[in-house]
Amino acid sequence: MSDIFFATAEMEEIGAASLAGPGDYVLLLKPRVMALVLFTALAGFLLAPSLPHPVIAFASLLAIAVGAGASGALNMWYDSDIDALMTRTKARPIPSGRLAREEALAFGLVLAGMAVLTLGLVANWLAAALLAFTIFFYVVIYTMWLKRSTPLNIVIGGAAGALPPMVGFAAATGDVSLSSFVLFAIIFIWTPPHFWALALLKSDDYGRAGVPMLPNVAGPDRTRLEILVYALLLAPVGMSPYLLGFASLAYGVVSAICGLLFVSFAVATFRERLGEAAKTNARRLFVFSILYLFLLFLTLVLERIMHLMAWAG
Amino acid sequence: MKDGGLNMAGETPNGSREEAGIVLTPEQAKSRRARNVAIGLAVAAFIALLYVVTIVKLGGAVARPPV
Repeated sequence: MSDIFFATAEMEEIGAASLAGPGDYVLLLKPRVMALVLFTALAGFLLAPSLPHPVIAFASLLAIAVGAGASGALNMWYDSDIDALMTRTKARPIPSGRLAREEALAFGLVLAGMAVLTLGLVANWLAAALLAFTIFFYVVIYTMWLKRSTPLNIVIGGAAGALPPMVGFAAATGDVSLSSFVLFAIIFIWTPPHFWALALLKSDDYGRAGVPMLPNVAGPDRTRLEILVYALLLAPVGMSPYLLGFASLAYGVVSAICGLLFVSFAVATFRERLGEAAKTNARRLFVFSILYLFLLFLTLVLERIMHLMAWAG
Repeated sequence: MKDGGLNMAGETPNGSREEAGIVLTPEQAKSRRARNVAIGLAVAAFIALLYVVTIVKLGGAVARPPV
């Protein structure tokens, strides 16, 4: 009994004596990832044939963004041990000592619960269930299980990052659709080459932390081949909104050009395997992969907004 | 008896009171205040959002019930 009281007092001391400010808690949410999730969820939301009231829309998208942030906080809670070993992540709030793990866990759990509950009350319970599943998949399936146990971690775990468009569409309509699933598929197939390009650059970091990324397990050459295969698959899938008829010719042109560029960067990464040129190509592919996804979804969002404005006018 | 020989009223066996609890440094107190302000603002914003959402869901005539 006294152990419980002692543990409670210790945790009170951790909380009270913390030097963490609000900015550290914001960093726990991984704001850049939150922004990407919000953007892709918005694209799915705007695919809906009719949209809810702007206040409902705002509250729904905010709940989705907070749910994504909660996932980030829980990921930082669980991965604080390996984050401390990697140069890319050792400045995060927990490994740098500004926040205790327990604080991140509590913060993430409360935000996750509130985001799911809010989305259910504001929009509908299908969207809330999808958001809850997304958080569960990212934290439990990817972070706690796959990430440290298989080089297929990002292939399967990428589903978590691909779900937001379906959550956004479900928030607007109470349903799922082929169009929102296509957006899921684009992000799902984009995720492995994006993260493998990063892993080619940071294989030392991942190796030090014991994370079985593909370059550490199967070698950089096999990784380059897999990146090329996924790039060849991504190019037509990226065009499928146009090919299936729910995006305009403008999107078709943008996605075709971006798909060709993605493949050309993947080919360059596949061919050049030694020295600084190999690293430069991997870095270019990684940077372009971010631009690729941003341009495709930006085009979708803009053309839907223009369509809505024309309809309202 | 609590740890340290204090009774439930925080008194030592000879009856004198001792200071108990966590004493924060000025930096820790400042951080805690900043966190508390952030929490207060976030909760207030959340309540305001839920209020507006409720009004929207109830419809525009909610302030004018039918006679």
